[in-house]
Amino acid sequence: MRRLIFVLPLVAFAAVAAWFAVGLTRDPTRVPSALIDQPIPAFELPPLPGSGVPGLSDEAIKGKVALVNVFASWCVPCKAEHPILMRLAEERRVPIYGINYKDAEQDARAWLDALGNPYTAIGHDLSGRVSIDWGVYGVPETFVIDRDGRIRHKHVGPITPQILQDEILPLIASLEK
Amino acid sequence: MIAEIGHFALLLALAVAGVQAVVPLIGAARGDVPLMQVAQPAAVAQFGFVATAFACLTWAFVVSDFTVAAVVANSHSAKPLLYKITGVWGNHEGSMVLWVLILALFGAAVAVFGRNLPPALRARVLAVQAMIGVAFLAFIAFTSNPFLRVFPPPNDGRDLNPLLQDPGLAFHPPLLYTGYVGFSVVFAFAVAALIEGRVDAAWARWVRPWALAAWAALTLGIALGSWWAYYELGWGGWWFWDPVENASLMPWLIGAALLHSAIVVEKRDALKTWTILLAILAFSLSLVGTFLVRSGVLTSVHAFAVDPARGVFILAILVVTIGGSLALYAVRAPALKTGGLFAPISREGGLVLNNLLLATATATVFLGTLYPLFLDAIGGAKVSVGPPFFNATFVPLMVPLVAAIAVGPMLAWKRGDLPGALARLWAAGVAAAVAVLGTLWLAGGPAGALLGLGLAAWLGVGALVELAERIRLFRIPASDSFRRAVNLPRAAWGMTVAHLGVAVVVAGITASSAWQTERIQLVRPGETVEIAGYTLLFRGTERVNGPNYVARRGIFEVSRDGEPVTTLYPAKRFYPVQGMVTTEAAIHTNLVADLYVVIGDPDSGGTPGGDPRVLLDAPADAAWAARLYYNPLVPWIWIGCVIMVLGGALSLSDRRHRVGAPSRARRPIAQPAMGD
Repeated sequence: MRRLIFVLPLVAFAAVAAWFAVGLTRDPTRVPSALIDQPIPAFELPPLPGSGVPGLSDEAIKGKVALVNVFASWCVPCKAEHPILMRLAEERRVPIYGINYKDAEQDARAWLDALGNPYTAIGHDLSGRVSIDWGVYGVPETFVIDRDGRIRHKHVGPITPQILQDEILPLIASLEK
Repeated sequence: MIAEIGHFALLLALAVAGVQAVVPLIGAARGDVPLMQVAQPAAVAQFGFVATAFACLTWAFVVSDFTVAAVVANSHSAKPLLYKITGVWGNHEGSMVLWVLILALFGAAVAVFGRNLPPALRARVLAVQAMIGVAFLAFIAFTSNPFLRVFPPPNDGRDLNPLLQDPGLAFHPPLLYTGYVGFSVVFAFAVAALIEGRVDAAWARWVRPWALAAWAALTLGIALGSWWAYYELGWGGWWFWDPVENASLMPWLIGAALLHSAIVVEKRDALKTWTILLAILAFSLSLVGTFLVRSGVLTSVHAFAVDPARGVFILAILVVTIGGSLALYAVRAPALKTGGLFAPISREGGLVLNNLLLATATATVFLGTLYPLFLDAIGGAKVSVGPPFFNATFVPLMVPLVAAIAVGPMLAWKRGDLPGALARLWAAGVAAAVAVLGTLWLAGGPAGALLGLGLAAWLGVGALVELAERIRLFRIPASDSFRRAVNLPRAAWGMTVAHLGVAVVVAGITASSAWQTERIQLVRPGETVEIAGYTLLFRGTERVNGPNYVARRGIFEVSRDGEPVTTLYPAKRFYPVQGMVTTEAAIHTNLVADLYVVIGDPDSGGTPGGDPRVLLDAPADAAWAARLYYNPLVPWIWIGCVIMVLGGALSLSDRRHRVGAPSRARRPIAQPAMGD
């Protein structure tokens, strides 16, 4: 009987370890976007003056498989993913729409002048109000939109070549079928 | 080249640790002295290699070698030198290297200072230490290589999280790790004792200094972390019951219990199996803390990048280390001889009560921290357990503990006299009554504050009464009392000082939670705000350029009764590389209370805050949201922690920890304490 007491800590730990093991299979940081498979929110954003492309609204996005990319000139990861967006834009496969998040006009313009403009249209979201409707909580974020104007995928953080090849391009291909 | 040397040194350290983990154990089992003696040079060599690796990594950070991935991800050429160095451990890979560096340092310290330990015990302790080393070095080598190169190298790095660019947080991880890892020595001693099947007073005497050193470092680390949270997070809170804070609190509580139960083993040869269990648990909880932070199973403001492969690896380490040691405990502990008997009311009884309360408190924190994870594991909702749970469970456990701390040392060993002890504590009782009535008269409550300050006075004066009894103050001539005080063992002084520290902390926590005053309002240049008798004149804001940030800081001229006191400069900093804005609180302290000022966003006519440009380019006459706090006694929380650490250091310097039990050992046993 007395021996059993000494086994108790081991048993308790076994239970805790099993519980940790199950916990590991779950990712607490992955809060599934409530907007997945939902229609894009209704919005209308003014164009970025001097960018040479129109502003953005939900109506403009619908009808074609498209990417919506939330960016800002003050965001370094955006700079990292920018060449990938440029290459994708040159392929002219899908339109890339930009939402310029909490950015001053002249800075965003200078940024696009220096790095190139991959966007078919840019909505200038100075207050970040529209981005809240999109569930944006950091830049960059990229959404894949299907023909019916529904959000099918959301990627948080910069797009890497690997993510483009493994996640985004296959999804676009399947949506275009 | 330097990075490759570092990587190579890490792998060499892994190889050396592998040898150190096996050969001395075989030697100890066979009684083969040459094999046992492999342990010491191996421990020193392991430390040498890890130190080389750490130096190489530090070099890469200092010279901003952007071919190294960890440097790119966490450093920037414009970052001040101090933060280039502290950036070494401001990321997952580097912090693990720091972890093994401290582990290897402790191993080397046991090898060098433990010359007079019995050879078999020393060989086993070092082998167990090396096993832990193997696990973590392999973890670094296989899942978290800090020396990974990137090609092509970017022009500049992505900078360290600005919240971590702070002197308080710069030294928080090394201290915390010293605490966590220090318990590995205690753990190794416990496992070695289980293998040998022998625990005696001498064992307790060897273990205590390591436990003390680890506990003191952990205390300082936790205090520094909480102080950082207080001034950096910008709302005057100093403890958040965040999972990662809890992860450091749990080993601290168990470590405190261990310190006390080891005394019982040393003096009375009792509580042996319990002390061994505490020694295993203290380090196990440190490992669990590491697991929680590194694996990403719990979300926390502290969590680094999440990588499931790392989580699985750390869980494996956890299962082998904790499961293995507890299995050994289940097999060997029942055979340990039980020692002296004691009555419930006795010094031992008091220490058992202390242990029970501390262990229960640890269990409470453990459940509260892991309950969300548990709920998620059985498919329930994602929830978080917040301060209300901890305040409702943890605080009621601390009340009897604090009350008992004053009484325990007044009881005799074996059989104590509780009414007699309480009678001799009359001065503490008077002090508590004065504190309660004074609080009632001055502040009128709340009830929690009356209780807290009463307890603090009871404990503070109680600790002094115990000291006065020891030196027979007022009963014998003052000069004799003085001589007694000088001759008192350092450990006795250490206890008094540490218990005084607890009283100071309790007072600080009570007053700051009961009487914090807060004022939030929009201020325009030229306007004044009044708080707690202070008048703050807002002079406006100015732009300041830092090395890797730009800031807008407010200027508040503080006066009291027309007399100027100081000028406070609360600021908002924008770090362009990370695109992050941080709040820099301005604090004026007189050690009794803090005046705490932060500025929010300028009133920009409906534009939501967060855009750094709104912040930096706000017009000179803009109104700013300012938050002012008056935090009474809040500095005492950290002062009390420092006093506790001083108590620990005093006890650590006690001669008895160095010149061991002469009657039990065949030759003099020296156990030098760390750091004297």
